[in-house]
Amino acid sequence: MVKPKIKDILKKRILVLDGAMGSLIQTYKLEEEDFRGERFKNHSHPLKGNNDLLAIVRPDVLKEIHAQYLEAGADILETNTFSGTTIAQADYALEEAVYDINFHSARVAKEIADEYTLKTPNKPRYVAGAIGPTNRTLSISPDVNDPGFRAITWDEMVTAYKEQTSALIDGGVDILLVETIFDTLNAKACLYAIDEIFEEKNIDLPIMVSGTITDASGRTLSGQTAEAFLTSVSHLNLLSVGFNCALGAKMMKPYLEVISKNTEFYVSAHPNAGLPNEFGEYDETPEDMSSQIKEYLENNIINIIGGCCGTTPEHIKEMVILSEKYKPRKIQEQ
Amino acid sequence: MSLHPDYQGQYEYKWNDLPFMRLSGLEPLVVTPELNFVNVGERTNVTGSRKFLRLIKEELFDEALSIARDQVENGAQVIDINMDEGMIDGVSSMTKFLNLIAAEPDIARVPIMIDSSKWEIIEAGLKCVQGKSIVNSISLKGGEEEFIEQAKKIKRFGAATIVMAFDEVGQADTYERRIEIVERSYSILTGPKVNFSPQDIIFDLNVFPVATGIEEHRKNAIDFIQATRWVRENLPGAHVSGGVSNVSFSFRGNNPVREAMHSAFLYHAIKEGMDMGIVNPAMLEVYDDIPKDLLEKVEDVLLDRKDDATEKLLEFAETVVETAKEKKTDTKWREESVAKRLEHSLVKGITDYIDEDVEEARLSHEKPLHVIEGPLMDGMNVVGDLFGSGKMFLPQVVKSARVMKKAVAYLLPFLEDEKEEGSSAGKILLATVKGDVHDIGKNIVGVVLGCNGYEIIDIGVMVPPDKIIEAAIEHNVDIIGLSGLITPSLDEMITVAKEMEKSGMNIPLLIGGATTSKIHTAVKIEEHYKGGQTVYVLDASRSVTVASNLLGKEKNEYIKDIQSEYSRMREHHKKRRASKEKVSWKKAKANRQKTEWNQYEVKTPNFIGVKLFDDISLEEIKKYIDWTPFFQTWDLHGRYPNILEDKIVGKEAKKLLIDALKMLDDIIAEKWICNKAVVGIWPANSVEEDIEVYTNESRNEVAEKFFTIRQQQKKKEGLPNHSLVDFIAPKESGVKDYIGGFVVTAGIGIEKHIERFESDHDDYNSIMLKALADRCAEAFTELMHEKVRKEIWGYAAEENFENEDLIKESYKGIRPAPGYPACPDHLEKPTLFKLLNAEELTGVSLTESMAMYPTASVSGWYFAHPDSKYFGIGKIEKDQVEDYAQRKGETIEYIEKWLGPILNY
Repeated sequence: MVKPKIKDILKKRILVLDGAMGSLIQTYKLEEEDFRGERFKNHSHPLKGNNDLLAIVRPDVLKEIHAQYLEAGADILETNTFSGTTIAQADYALEEAVYDINFHSARVAKEIADEYTLKTPNKPRYVAGAIGPTNRTLSISPDVNDPGFRAITWDEMVTAYKEQTSALIDGGVDILLVETIFDTLNAKACLYAIDEIFEEKNIDLPIMVSGTITDASGRTLSGQTAEAFLTSVSHLNLLSVGFNCALGAKMMKPYLEVISKNTEFYVSAHPNAGLPNEFGEYDETPEDMSSQIKEYLENNIINIIGGCCGTTPEHIKEMVILSEKYKPRKIQEQ
Repeated sequence: MSLHPDYQGQYEYKWNDLPFMRLSGLEPLVVTPELNFVNVGERTNVTGSRKFLRLIKEELFDEALSIARDQVENGAQVIDINMDEGMIDGVSSMTKFLNLIAAEPDIARVPIMIDSSKWEIIEAGLKCVQGKSIVNSISLKGGEEEFIEQAKKIKRFGAATIVMAFDEVGQADTYERRIEIVERSYSILTGPKVNFSPQDIIFDLNVFPVATGIEEHRKNAIDFIQATRWVRENLPGAHVSGGVSNVSFSFRGNNPVREAMHSAFLYHAIKEGMDMGIVNPAMLEVYDDIPKDLLEKVEDVLLDRKDDATEKLLEFAETVVETAKEKKTDTKWREESVAKRLEHSLVKGITDYIDEDVEEARLSHEKPLHVIEGPLMDGMNVVGDLFGSGKMFLPQVVKSARVMKKAVAYLLPFLEDEKEEGSSAGKILLATVKGDVHDIGKNIVGVVLGCNGYEIIDIGVMVPPDKIIEAAIEHNVDIIGLSGLITPSLDEMITVAKEMEKSGMNIPLLIGGATTSKIHTAVKIEEHYKGGQTVYVLDASRSVTVASNLLGKEKNEYIKDIQSEYSRMREHHKKRRASKEKVSWKKAKANRQKTEWNQYEVKTPNFIGVKLFDDISLEEIKKYIDWTPFFQTWDLHGRYPNILEDKIVGKEAKKLLIDALKMLDDIIAEKWICNKAVVGIWPANSVEEDIEVYTNESRNEVAEKFFTIRQQQKKKEGLPNHSLVDFIAPKESGVKDYIGGFVVTAGIGIEKHIERFESDHDDYNSIMLKALADRCAEAFTELMHEKVRKEIWGYAAEENFENEDLIKESYKGIRPAPGYPACPDHLEKPTLFKLLNAEELTGVSLTESMAMYPTASVSGWYFAHPDSKYFGIGKIEKDQVEDYAQRKGETIEYIEKWLGPILNY
């Protein structure tokens, strides 16, 4: 499907990314056999909770959730591939399923996005291939007694990211979204992998990079300040840089301001619906969140807005209504 | 004087269009020209430090890490790490050491320089650093192919790189060879094959030893320095670095001479643009402290000033060796006055005698505070001056600061004792802003204020704005004082001021610290915080006067004085700044928007002449109303129609709109106002900077001339200096072009209704009526412009826009108004009115100050050219004003009076 370049649309308006996937999947109350399906009927490890598998075993669930977000007005869908690397799938001994997870997740999202683009041609919908941080860190030792130790190497990380990226591209994503970056070195390995894939396939997709400031210290888990993080990932020609997860919209704002002030890429944010309560649930209502996000828009620091943990189609709908009222942050033409 | 014959004066950074080099560890390092020189720590290098080599060999990593930590604490802004030694496994040592550094936040905060002559070690290093580091180094030594491949990989890893002046033939050892290699390297790197960011390239121009006795080595230093200047002048964005200690290689064992050589070399190279270097801070003498006779001989050698320079320095060096040995026990400076001794300790960074000297000073001063304000501050001022003039380097300053801290710490208990108990003169909150860890100045201010009876709430360093405000509210303080030493702190202070404004604070804000200034406070900070007064405080001793003035009886007068002083400074600054970017009138004219007139087909207007439109109904006009500004009039912000659904103002906006539509119905039904438009289209051509309007198509007789003004600020490459005249074909092009003009009003007859409301004290409806008339005039203008485009002139007969597109100005051609940004001269209005016979036809008249009456009126020109667009003139210069006055046949004084707001002089 031919759509306008997302860069051109970002010049004119603020785009809205979708919200959380996990909490919506929970409402389906899926059981072990749902996750196994026909293909993994006899798999050695328990699979319940391996949400990334749904693209293979229950694509209907993903499609319904994506549709809810599109209905709410989201411009960009994230594929359900947060743990779609051989590194993350190793926990389930499902390294061999990684290509299919990414390929089919991209497909499901693309099909439903295209349906909506046909329905509302003046509001084209895009699919971002979500690439998570994996469950290993290149900058931090898992062993307190041996700070020089690393549980994974750069080369292993690059290989894993290349596999995931390649499958997402084959599945037809419009954008690559490197997200929830708590260790910048992981992200750099991912960008390295993407750049190699681009050269090998001779293509060039827009890349979104989204870090995670873990708490009020204002740093990533691997210790970088917001500005240092930005400097460390700005070597490729990115579509956007921003933050997601860990913080609610209000707490994220000062760090987004740092990014907005120091980059000529577009700026994205997909905060959580506040901080989790004692039960690990997110309490902020769509209204709560949008009143905080309004400050982003009034200060003109954002181009792409969306939601992370605890956000729902209702949250996204509020963001869509809100963002239509404001102009996007301007960037300097290069 | 420059040391390079082709250039004059000290090097000044000239690549302001390029981004700065940005590096990072856990924290960012932006290499701005203001940084002057980035010093790279060299101790964690197995080839340079025998101790470090031993520690790595014996795998004593903890101790090796402490060497790295020392360097950062001593002011290294980047640390170089090198594991090139035959006896160790470079790849695994590099990996291990960098992984360990990643776990040490006080080391990892600075960027890493990965130093190796072996590519596999560099690559191993790059795989371990999350920040943006520097590779040291690559070169053309192994040929272009390898060079390109390595550069591409470095880019993919997201690092900057040092490029050695080395090629297939060998290492550059003359000025010419250096230029040849760096020019070639630069063009390959920035070319299409690699696309390396130019600001991320650092050239190492090879520092070679001088005074070796070999004739060819005589020019080693001066060649380096001159090549440095050439690179900085000719290769946009590129930096120059070098390993400084090489230059003094011949004097191994003679540290006083070596230290003098390093300092003198850096002093000159930095002036010529060297902005990075690998330096051992322990091997640097303060430039001004180099004995004059030694300095002269050192500089003779470095700058190749005399034939026998080397011999003379060698001779002299022998005597220096002896004094050097004495120097260790040299206590001559101990015999000087206590003030001089303290200064010496501060400048040299010696802590050995500080307690006894401070004690002596305390006994001879009336109050302990006077020791700080007197000899200690005097000493720090000497340090500041030396640093400011490039004669001391950051690592040395950091040492000085430590001495100062120690001195203050010694005095602290005495100061506490002096403090008066009980009554507080006021509560003052002090903080070093976010991102800054420097607290000496802040601590001194705290002590000084504390001694004067103020209660100090010191909330430490690296304090983010919300914490500052929170603490201020919690402690109910009377004043907030912000401190900072590094340049980014300046921005942070602005943020704090903004946040204070947002949270509705109304207490004074004090700004202090090394990089702060009165001008910055006046221009950048004060205006963001209206709640309370912002005051710059030069030093600790002034803080008491400032605080007592701000909290005392005369505070209003004091604040008034400060405000008028700051506003004067702002004015002055604005003028100076604006004048910096101007271009001459001649240049501005030459840089006009270029149009290929012979390829431009003018649409001959369907109608030529002047025509009155007095029969267009308001009902029709209503459809063209842009409601967004209407809501702005009432201070409701948001775009129409979304504003009606807004959570906060939506309800108010809806009510307002209902009232407005109701009144509009009354206006229409009872014909409260009468609306008229006059439109003219005439044959026209441009002649230089003027637009000639002709009486008829023969174009022989000029009816009137419009005079245009041209932008005169310096533009970026490829952008023109705009003027409206560029949108009309020049006479000599032979193209028959046209211009239009209009006066539109929707205010005739409005007075008596306004009066009616006002006599009723009904402000709401009076404002409503005026606002609606304004909207109708604008809407009518929009409608007429569309009519002109589609029918009257007809150059866009096919166009089909919704009202929303019109509001966004999507149409072709423009309708600028005299007195507005594109042509700020109100004096063009009478000409326009005359051509249109506007006053007689529409009833709109011009006041003495060229305002239109009734106010609900709009006038302007029509330009049809597809490239025509809206722009602002900005400020213009005297040379244009002189020319403009002459063309108009007016005196310069008269024109200056009318163009006052846009004059840049």
